[in-house]
Amino acid sequence: MPKFEWLNPVKGFGVTFHHIFKKPITVNYPEEKRPTAPRFHGRHQLNRWPDGLEKCIGCELCAWACPADAIFVEGGDNTDEERYSPGERYGRTYQINYLRCILCGLCIEACPTRALTMTNEYELADTTRESLIYTKEMLLAPLMAGMEQPPHPMRLGETEEDYYRLGRDNG
Amino acid sequence: MGIEEKLPSGFALTTVEQMAGWARKNSVWPATFGLACCAIELMSTGGPTHDLARFGMERASASPRQADLMIVAGRLSQKMAPVLRQIYDQMAEPKWVISMGVCASTGGMFNNYAIVQGVDHVVPVDIYLPGCPPRPEMLIDAIVKLHDKIQNMKFGAHREKQVQELELQALRTLPLIDQGMQK
Repeated sequence: MPKFEWLNPVKGFGVTFHHIFKKPITVNYPEEKRPTAPRFHGRHQLNRWPDGLEKCIGCELCAWACPADAIFVEGGDNTDEERYSPGERYGRTYQINYLRCILCGLCIEACPTRALTMTNEYELADTTRESLIYTKEMLLAPLMAGMEQPPHPMRLGETEEDYYRLGRDNG
Repeated sequence: MGIEEKLPSGFALTTVEQMAGWARKNSVWPATFGLACCAIELMSTGGPTHDLARFGMERASASPRQADLMIVAGRLSQKMAPVLRQIYDQMAEPKWVISMGVCASTGGMFNNYAIVQGVDHVVPVDIYLPGCPPRPEMLIDAIVKLHDKIQNMKFGAHREKQVQELELQALRTLPLIDQGMQK
């Protein structure tokens, strides 16, 4: 239709004007946060048993699984006087370098006691390299109600086997 | 720089610092340095859903002379390192650097001969942003943290004092291995 060719630019602007009446889709991030996917791979967390003992047994499987060599674990021996986890050993030093970690979750898959899981927290930016190496104190889950700060003796059974059967018996 | 460098320290300089900081933090123009997959998230951050323009950053500068902030997005290869440095040198003062993603920050999972193990070997980095790649929210979070840094930047006499203090602090800091002993 050569007769109405002059209308084409108007049509083009029609799209623009149409959008004036649409709601903006922008998320005002620092003020309002959209929830992540429930299984989002965020910052790690070292979990505890219901009595407060640590689940980490210092086996280093997470460090071995890590493709970026971001995890450093050093195991230590539990004694009856100083007990951090049920069983023989616990993770004495636990560090994750978040400037190496690619948040792939292979460490989570490797963990035999489900001690290491991931949270949905993602605001990690910082100003120095050192501050982004998270130590065990920063990664450990906070003490919930009924939990006691280790070291303390096993409260939920005689041996570590009782602990590991906990989850199984409860379904 | 300008006359603000010559002001005596005190109330007037503090006011100028605050005003200049406010103006600077609300008009940071990024020189995008997209090197790899992080650049995709960087573009997404500029898109309508996250909209970097809310922070006065709508103009992703392709020319370093008009840029204040370099966002290094992606792994930096040895061959690219001189280029990165040159772009940084061409940027006008004051300038800031965000190292976006683990590869830019430390080399990430690419611990090999081809990749620079952190862009802080080449340029001074203000904010390290982990993630592989970081989601747009993480980048905006890093930018907000940088805004805080820009707002509190010192000038002239105050700056000299701050530099001296930081230098002293750095001299007193124990090596990492001794810091561990203190715990």
